[in-house]
Amino acid sequence: MNFPAELKYTKDHEWIKIVDGNTALIGITDFAQRELGDIVYVDISTVGKALEAEAIFGTVEAVKTVSDLFLPVAGTVTEVNSALEKNPELVNNDPYGEGWMVKFELANTADLDGLLTAEAYAELVA
Amino acid sequence: MKTTPFTQKHIALGAKMAEFAGYNMPISYSGINDEHAAVRSNAGVFDVSHMGEFILKGENALDLIQRVTSNDASKLTNGKAQYSTLPNNNGGLVDDLIVYCLEENKVYMLVVNASNIEKDWNWISSHNTGNAEMHNISDKTCLLAIQGPDACKILQPLTEVDILNLKYYTFAKGRFAGVDNVLISATGYTGSGGIEIYFEDKDDNATVIWDAIFEAGKASGIKPIGLGARDTLRLEMGYCLYGNDIDDSTSPLEAGLGWVTKLNKETAFSSKDIFAKQKAEGIKRKLVGFVMIDRGIPRHHYKIKDAAGNEIGYVTSGTQAPSLNKAIGLGYVTVENASIDSEIFIDIRNNPVKAKVVKFPFS
Repeated sequence: MNFPAELKYTKDHEWIKIVDGNTALIGITDFAQRELGDIVYVDISTVGKALEAEAIFGTVEAVKTVSDLFLPVAGTVTEVNSALEKNPELVNNDPYGEGWMVKFELANTADLDGLLTAEAYAELVA
Repeated sequence: MKTTPFTQKHIALGAKMAEFAGYNMPISYSGINDEHAAVRSNAGVFDVSHMGEFILKGENALDLIQRVTSNDASKLTNGKAQYSTLPNNNGGLVDDLIVYCLEENKVYMLVVNASNIEKDWNWISSHNTGNAEMHNISDKTCLLAIQGPDACKILQPLTEVDILNLKYYTFAKGRFAGVDNVLISATGYTGSGGIEIYFEDKDDNATVIWDAIFEAGKASGIKPIGLGARDTLRLEMGYCLYGNDIDDSTSPLEAGLGWVTKLNKETAFSSKDIFAKQKAEGIKRKLVGFVMIDRGIPRHHYKIKDAAGNEIGYVTSGTQAPSLNKAIGLGYVTVENASIDSEIFIDIRNNPVKAKVVKFPFS
């Protein structure tokens, strides 16, 4: 399984990547998409709300199961990946690239220090 | 965790494995949607060796079966099988099962759900007042389901049994892939046709048969199928799953299984009087199929409400249906809300999401 070194991870199987200043992308890990199987849609209704770390920011529905999505750190969802509306399978096929779920404004970039490195996450799911 | 004789095959094929009914079983290989499509359009192989098999023998075997099951096993002749239920004494179900007539009036095989093997065995044993001979052969019996429109054509070269002309719910015993005494049954849980084969886990039977099936199906692209797709396939057909759609508290009449509940059977069977009373007075709730109109996927235990927000039932099974590309479900609703086209609302994370009652199979 693939866990890119430049991302930070959570025990709830989300990843976060800073793209510019306080702006980040959030998605689910390769491990998570494999566990869920074929993803049917991603439901996110928290755009514009300031949320705490570990708050539920949406749900992901796979054929056989549904799972909540948890925020890695505190902040605000600013955008949902609209490509997932028509092609939810992007999450399965490219979880760290085209399958990103939300664009996010971090409340405090220092919060990233509390998250897992790729190495620590790989160990967690091994 | 228990294993089947095919567990190592599944692991070697890279299957996602999980515990099911105490067994380490394959959930999926290439993905539920892909496996589902393979069975609908071609052929797929399921290891369902976790299922339970009991042999009931002797002059009182049929009488015992007649007393514990709801269908009429006296109608069975050699080579015929019958879907049936095992009612409890409270108008619910201990299990659902298939009864195979190996020798009329003498030898029968009951095939039961893996999760209920012990419960069923104890229940049937407790009714065995006539001392029918009972054998639990579950642990030494392999069961593979080869399902799909091309399944029989692919497998025919492996056996002298005429499987292309085997009628639904009949079976024959014969040589299969060089293994003797294989019970070949025109049954399944997918709605796509095909067969199920039962054979003893002896010598290298399991490996020989598994390898022969995949060799025979290589050119046509036969695939191994996990329990995930088994569930989506049966759900599209509206087939009940014990533990979801039927259980200790559901009546077969409520579940749409009146056709295997023979109230005119002479032998008194468990809960017969309760079912007769229900039939006379009318049932109060009914298992229905529904499709989601608005976006959402129904899941087991979600509440069902009417337009006014009154609770009218609950979801027993639900999924995104791979062949239909829509979300479907089964659930119990009050009879007033059970007619085709009734608008119902599935409570998904506290939001009422619109759905519509439809006919089986889903389309």
